[in-house]
Amino acid sequence: MLGAAPTDFIAARQFFMLAYIARRILASVPVLVVVALFVFLLLRLTPGDPAAILAGDMATPEQLERIRESLGLNEPLASQFLTWIGQLLSGDFGRSLISHTPVLTLIGQRLEPTLSLAIVTMLITLLLSIPMGVVAAWRHGSLTDNAVMAMSVLGFSIPVFVTGYILIQIFAIDLRLFPVQGFKSIGSGVGPFLSRIVLPAFTLATIYIALIARMTRAAMLEVLDEDYVRTARAKGLSERVVLFRHALRNAAVPILTVVGTGFALMISGVVVTESVFNIPGLGRLTVDAILARDYPVIQALILLTSGIYVVINLLIDISYAFMDPRIRY
Amino acid sequence: MSIFSPASAFRPSRLVRSALLASALALGALAAGPAAAQEIRAVMHSGIRVLDPVITTAHITRNHGYMIYDTLLGMDENLKPQPQMASWTVSDDKLTYTFTLRDGLKWTDGKPVTSADCVASLKRWGERDGGAQLLFKYVKGLEPKDDKTFVMTLSQPFSYAIELMAKPSGLPTFIMPERVAKTPSSESITDYTGSGPFKFVESEFEPGVRAVYEKNEDYVPRKEPASWTAGGKVVKVDKVTWVVMPDAQTAVNAINSGEIDYLEQTPTDLLPLLEANPELTVMTLTDLGYQTMGRLNWLYPPFDKVEIRRAAMAALGQEPILAALVGNPDYQSKCGSMYGCNTPYATEAGDELIMKGPQPEVAKKMLDEAGYDGTPVVLMQPTDVGSVAPQPVVAAQLLRQAGFTVDLQPMDWQTLVTRRASQSPVAQGGWNMFFTNWIIPEVWSPINNPMLNGGGKEAAWFGWPDDPELDEMRVKFAAAETEEERKTIAADIQKHAYDVVNYIPVGEYKIPTTVSKKLSGIVKMPVPVFWNVEKSE
Repeated sequence: MLGAAPTDFIAARQFFMLAYIARRILASVPVLVVVALFVFLLLRLTPGDPAAILAGDMATPEQLERIRESLGLNEPLASQFLTWIGQLLSGDFGRSLISHTPVLTLIGQRLEPTLSLAIVTMLITLLLSIPMGVVAAWRHGSLTDNAVMAMSVLGFSIPVFVTGYILIQIFAIDLRLFPVQGFKSIGSGVGPFLSRIVLPAFTLATIYIALIARMTRAAMLEVLDEDYVRTARAKGLSERVVLFRHALRNAAVPILTVVGTGFALMISGVVVTESVFNIPGLGRLTVDAILARDYPVIQALILLTSGIYVVINLLIDISYAFMDPRIRY
Repeated sequence: MSIFSPASAFRPSRLVRSALLASALALGALAAGPAAAQEIRAVMHSGIRVLDPVITTAHITRNHGYMIYDTLLGMDENLKPQPQMASWTVSDDKLTYTFTLRDGLKWTDGKPVTSADCVASLKRWGERDGGAQLLFKYVKGLEPKDDKTFVMTLSQPFSYAIELMAKPSGLPTFIMPERVAKTPSSESITDYTGSGPFKFVESEFEPGVRAVYEKNEDYVPRKEPASWTAGGKVVKVDKVTWVVMPDAQTAVNAINSGEIDYLEQTPTDLLPLLEANPELTVMTLTDLGYQTMGRLNWLYPPFDKVEIRRAAMAALGQEPILAALVGNPDYQSKCGSMYGCNTPYATEAGDELIMKGPQPEVAKKMLDEAGYDGTPVVLMQPTDVGSVAPQPVVAAQLLRQAGFTVDLQPMDWQTLVTRRASQSPVAQGGWNMFFTNWIIPEVWSPINNPMLNGGGKEAAWFGWPDDPELDEMRVKFAAAETEEERKTIAADIQKHAYDVVNYIPVGEYKIPTTVSKKLSGIVKMPVPVFWNVEKSE
């Protein structure tokens, strides 16, 4: 019986965790419904008429009316909403009012560039910002610390389009090491993929490096004076082990939160970086759809963004339990 | 020294530094270099989203139309209609037009182009194009005679019919298969079968990202040399890719570094970055540029009174507006002709007031005489489109100097295009004034010019002038038998349009195009086309 207790404990913990995940997934359904209704109404209240955009400059009032009719924009709002929800429930996100392309196809075309940019940016960010934050906290008050903090302020303060154009000027135009713009799928080869993603990822990473390095430093400063850190040092562990295995793990919860929300932000669209480097991502699709009042596309994108936030927040909450065993659900 | 001393703990070793440098160099080498020799990579003025060149008048969709469709007739550089898909004859009584298709015309699905396709396409065009709507009021019959011949019969002479069918912009007469052309003109087509010099690669189309066109190997060009939309449309490259780049600086960087070959519109403030590059040529594709103009709403005060519309015209002036819009004398010019300068019907008739402007004192006096009561002028300013954002700002100041009360309302372009369609009073979402631009071929005659329509709330363009006299004059123009007669009527129409202030032209400008020196044979015309263009290795 003595051996059964830990097994029961682990099983119970897994059960509570699964129940928690199920509760959170169920709770996200009303959130998404409210988002859907809100977005639908907000878009219809925003001035703008897809028919006028579709028809161009020379359309007469009568022609505009005929196009509105054919797009179903003259139907009562409730009827339009129910039709859309009905389509959603059957997995149909509709078609773009402007290009007539299925919305899911449009989103599918833009997902890879956005995910690639987000993942590479986050990798660069984590590789640089965590060590920077750890070292800054470890050498608190030193020149290194001040340098990291100064770089952090700079990273926050310089707009990404300025960083982007400077990097383009140096590495693409002057040194000709990278192309100026564009995106290549990883399917076309690692070289072409990396050559086009490195500069935009570095550009975008400057902000996140600044943010996460600061956050890491602050969190590390809190734990470095804790007894268990002193104990670890007293045991003769190397500074690397003390810093990265003992201190950083305990400082990880707030860092993880920022990393998670930062990643969600990147997926929901980084329009300026995408524009400067001509990356056809979700951010540009969102702006184009808003400017064209392409209702089905905007609605699907906002629902998708909401879903991403729900999932990422859930993953962050779950990861807390792994980072800090004291956290229970 | 401890390996974790601050000085050395995180300094990259020489090996790491070498590896980083090598990686960067390798990445540079792996980056795709110049585009493939037989592919032209072009950045057009906007991304294409609507693929039906009849449902919309968007220029990018018209350009797409020229890639994949052929036109019934063409227009040469002397602005003369020429046969393209078909030649034509006109009966002595000017009431019967017989069109005969040339040999070798074939759809990309392999089927021959027939007269039934042309008839269906012309009927759809007749529902959408402003000039064509006027023509179709007099069309009694439009029927195929046999597979290669069709006949259009009129109830009264309309001598401008051929010019209308040959026009290069607005809605050109793109010919589609009959099954496609039967799509209601209020719905977009979904079948992109064409018979033009290029084929649309639908599988590679990403709206807002790229559009790809391949050479149509089955296309048989005319024998004559290419001249505007007339003559032989000989394709000399395998592929043309339109890459969308919404950021102008990025597009300039891309052509400077050889990643693209063609930049349709180059902002004049970025020209110094390109003019120094010996591998590029900066050119204007045509002497006919754009007309920029202000439109007043005739339905509501204060511009429901002609005297106040005239005061507004006196208050405005072309020079200050062009200076703000372009700011480069090489690419801007004053022009009082509503049909554009350097066009067949260009005239100075009635343009004195706008050409002398701004005249704030004259305008003030006119306002006093008209009894202006200070009703605010709601002037819409689209802030997100560079080619129409500055005009309202300058105009607002000029109007204020003349004594108008101006409510300058910033908004995005799409809000403007929606709001300008509203015929409601200003307090209920209406408007008083906005600015927009046209390429000259869209305004170069009283029939083409969309503003010169006096059809009021039902038929006129936004602003809705109710001016039956203007419409009668347009009909006379369309029926005029000689060019001299047309010119006289066009001048009368312009004088009348200025008298009633139908709209206010505020000058002309050109937008430079930048091309790689690897490209040659570019057809210079107001519409960017890619036939006849060669690309060297």
